[in-house]
Amino acid sequence: MDVMHQFELYQPSSISDAQAILRDNRDAWIIAGGKDSLDWFKTRVMQPPAVVDISGIEELHGIREADDGGLWIGAMTTLTEIAEDAMVNEKFPMLAKSALVVASPQIRNIATIGGNVAQDTRCSYYRDGFPCYRAHGNTCYANTPTAMNREHALFEVSRCVAITPSDTAPALQALEAVFEVQRGNRTLEVPAADFFIGPAIDITRMTMLERGDILLGIKVPGKWAGSRQYYEKVAERQSWDFALGSIAMAAQMDGNTIADISIVCGAVQCTPRRLRDVESLVQGETVDEELEELVKRVAARGAQPLNYNHFKIPLMENLAMRAIRSLA
Amino acid sequence: MAYKLIGKNFTPPDIEAKVTGAAKFAEDFRADGMAFIRILGSPMPHGRVRSIDLSEAEKVPGFLAALVPDDIKQPGPAGQAILSGNPRFYGEPIVAIAAETEQAAADAIAKVRLDMELLPFVVDPIESLKPDGVNALGDGNIAGRGIDLQEIKWSGRTFALADEGEMPRGEAVIEWAFGDLEQGFANSAVIIEESMVHASCSHHAMEPRSAAAWWENGKCHVWGSTQSTAFAQPGLANLIGIPPSDLVFNAEYCGGGFGGKAGAYPLMALPALMSRKLGGRPCLYRASRAEEYDNGYARGGFQGWMKLGFREDGRLLAADVFAVQDQGTTAGFPDYNNLGSAISICFQPEAMHFRALPVLTNTVPKGAQRGPGENQAANMIEPLLDKAARELGIDRLAIRTINAPGGGGHDATIGGDQGPVTSAYLLEAFERGAEMFNWAERSQQSGQRNGSKVKGFGVASAYHSAGSNGFDGLLRITPDGILHIHTGVGNLGTYSYASTSRTAAEVLGYDWDHVVLEYGGTARNLPWNLGQFGSNTSFTMSRTNYVAAMDAKAKLLEIGAMMMGGEPDDYELQNERVVAKADSSQSISFGEAAAKALELGGRFDGSEVPENLNPMTVQAASAIAGTGLMGVAKDEMERRGTVPALCAGFAEVEVDVETGRIEIIDYIGYADCGTVVHPQGLAAQMRSGAIMGFSLAMFERHVYDPAYGRPNARGLYRAKPSGYLDVPAFQDWGAVDEVDFQNPQGMKGIGEPIQGAASAAVICAISDALGGHLFNRTPIVTDMILNAAEGLPQSYNPLATNTV
Repeated sequence: MDVMHQFELYQPSSISDAQAILRDNRDAWIIAGGKDSLDWFKTRVMQPPAVVDISGIEELHGIREADDGGLWIGAMTTLTEIAEDAMVNEKFPMLAKSALVVASPQIRNIATIGGNVAQDTRCSYYRDGFPCYRAHGNTCYANTPTAMNREHALFEVSRCVAITPSDTAPALQALEAVFEVQRGNRTLEVPAADFFIGPAIDITRMTMLERGDILLGIKVPGKWAGSRQYYEKVAERQSWDFALGSIAMAAQMDGNTIADISIVCGAVQCTPRRLRDVESLVQGETVDEELEELVKRVAARGAQPLNYNHFKIPLMENLAMRAIRSLA
Repeated sequence: MAYKLIGKNFTPPDIEAKVTGAAKFAEDFRADGMAFIRILGSPMPHGRVRSIDLSEAEKVPGFLAALVPDDIKQPGPAGQAILSGNPRFYGEPIVAIAAETEQAAADAIAKVRLDMELLPFVVDPIESLKPDGVNALGDGNIAGRGIDLQEIKWSGRTFALADEGEMPRGEAVIEWAFGDLEQGFANSAVIIEESMVHASCSHHAMEPRSAAAWWENGKCHVWGSTQSTAFAQPGLANLIGIPPSDLVFNAEYCGGGFGGKAGAYPLMALPALMSRKLGGRPCLYRASRAEEYDNGYARGGFQGWMKLGFREDGRLLAADVFAVQDQGTTAGFPDYNNLGSAISICFQPEAMHFRALPVLTNTVPKGAQRGPGENQAANMIEPLLDKAARELGIDRLAIRTINAPGGGGHDATIGGDQGPVTSAYLLEAFERGAEMFNWAERSQQSGQRNGSKVKGFGVASAYHSAGSNGFDGLLRITPDGILHIHTGVGNLGTYSYASTSRTAAEVLGYDWDHVVLEYGGTARNLPWNLGQFGSNTSFTMSRTNYVAAMDAKAKLLEIGAMMMGGEPDDYELQNERVVAKADSSQSISFGEAAAKALELGGRFDGSEVPENLNPMTVQAASAIAGTGLMGVAKDEMERRGTVPALCAGFAEVEVDVETGRIEIIDYIGYADCGTVVHPQGLAAQMRSGAIMGFSLAMFERHVYDPAYGRPNARGLYRAKPSGYLDVPAFQDWGAVDEVDFQNPQGMKGIGEPIQGAASAAVICAISDALGGHLFNRTPIVTDMILNAAEGLPQSYNPLATNTV
């Protein structure tokens, strides 16, 4: 329809004000950059009566160096700010790259890291308002004998076959980021692996965020600062497109040997997928053609393709292989 | 020939407004008291509206009025309604509501309750042709231009005779042939036989088809988005239900058309009908992006089969072509005819058999899109030429040059009747393009590997008919000496409304600074001109401006003789003056001649006009009669044969076999467009047309889930037209620049084959990088490349359509 419904707009300037508004408006929707939210509103698939714009809360903005050599990134920090930040580029270049490949410059100038990790899936059936499981219905329209599911999941399907659309999520998970969430009077520190949730946990959400929760910021620990890093996104187009597959890797090298590694694949399941088989395979190894071939063999094991997405298996295998190859 | 203006760069008058944002598009129109319209589209691919309950909608504050299908004159069975009670595709408009604000209109639309019955639907033409297949329109599954709605089903035997993945070939409604096909195949050293699919694709116009309208003093005023100002007026008047003379139509800018806004279309009439219901109150309909995808037409896809026979040297001896076009829900556009014509002219087969069938589906209506049929032909057949060349062991350029029409095209023919062409220099385009690209050396790097990237090279050509005649030219010289050229061409963005007007200025010897273009709306008194589509503008409109200018020239010389004595032949035009040939000191200015024309009246000032003019031109001339010396005439110059626009394309790509990513390293297009009129404009066309070709070859998605009949690619990010990072930063180009003798200044069009040559060259280059792998499907997208590179089967059935 492209004309949003009418709603009450709140623009608090502090966390406490935002929380008070959220307490008084239990169906309120938090909006950050709005690049996901406004799409929902314009199609009127989502029509929250109240919208809380948290962009005016100063403490949610910015990038700060942490004591452990890592960084704290405010949830309202834009993707452009992250992509261009000197500290991010120095310590965590793959995070900078993952922010740089999101959508287009115009979108990155508005879109925030908080919105990017918390955005909803882009399953076309769900976005078009089909009454699917994720929309409280009782069918997955993307997993029928005729469904158009080229972009959908290879792993951890539980009724819903939607995937994570976030480009920064695999990078943050590979960097073992911790998400700071304000829930009532408590500030939760949630590891990335727990922040993103699959349909088996809650089919209506992509993250652990509940109504009333506010994502404050993301701590990227110093553990992987300055490590060897690799990020690659494969999409149809080089701008304004969601990933068909992506890979994020951080590795500590001991000479030519891989001493420690964290490697995560995006766009193959509802959450970023940590490739533990690859990690256990390459730990303590030196990169050579045989290792690359073995990586390729294990990277996508267990994949269960749908009608149109078996190409994601070699894509995933190749992306993992390319990441490991970069350590040679 | 040395020209003062033709072949020179200039700044068209609308550029500044476009660059600064001052340009006013249809949805920028605002008026006091304006009402806003929103529409409700069909929630199902085929249905019947049992009832429409507006009771809750009417309660929305600000609600003003609603239109429902019963309020609207309905078209014939394969036509497109403004509002339909029997929607045949998802999103087809059913109800329109006007309200005080756009918000209120949208809120009221959300309150409309439809009671609908779901009817059987089909999104795959071949499914509809099966013995028990669904008819998209209930009464029939076949319709096209000049083809009445009818039902055709192929027998079970027809389907059984086709191998798995092979295109079945049953009854066709279009069939023609020439030459001895059997003998051609018998004499062939290599025969290539393949089935293939070409996807449909949306137009992706940046400006959706918004429109505004109001009524005043019995006239209907419409602001619309169209490629074709004058040409759109009669059709729009018909949709509104008024004589063309009662329509004031403004379409100064068009934010993208690509054939999807070639003329009038149903939604353009909606604000006028709503405004009439509201007593003439201004109404604006702003189409949303999704509504543009629902109602903005699409290029017709094809499922096809070709059998080609080649001599040892690559000469195409026999071509047997069968094509089923996805027509969507209306009679649409006859891409299928153009597909056959394109193959016949680009490759000049000695024998050819062509069959085609336009099949209706419950998908978005199909309309013309840049190179409709011709560009699909290029994408479908060019990879097969590569396969033949490989099997024959000859160069892939050589197999094209041996077949390409060149040398002016005196022996070239086109179509089933093997008619003549006005000029053809495709061979020269190949030869000069190959030199510019350095094909001979570079193509030797084919298959060269750099890490996971493999080089591939492609060469291809494309065609479109590029000229018409029979339209009118209109201009006047006012007493201040200024030349006013009235042009109804439209402003698609090619600037050819301006470049073809320079023909008139050239004939009269004008400085461009002394010329005013009257364009953009019928209030500027426009002649009957062909629309800006079909690569026709340069040939057709330069001729109308030429005949109008020649009329003005004759009148100037006549007035010169009247004022200075002697005969018109004693005078010539120099520096905007009528000058005695024998004594250059004897002269009058054009302004003085114009003042004299006003004194003389009659044919000199437009009070009398030729009888053969179109009524639109007569009305325009009548409105400006008595304001200066008028030049007005219908183009009745000879046009014998088809005017072919031709283009050769050369591409280098790198295919990453690990990620499926294709990078276009280089592309050169080389055009046969007659005399180059406006080099800068042509350069822009060559590059942007090629980019659209890359998009067609590699990206654009047109997806329907057959179980629900709903489009899955309604939106720019889902439909994926190429972006700026997907194309080479720079493209070189060239033009043969040989005249077409049936245009006074040698011009012919070029807009459409530019795209087809680029898309087909890229498709061939991708195939080349993968060792000649034939995808037999356009576009070639990431999953297809990865599957091919890994030796995996493709995900889709070979003939499945609307899957990519």
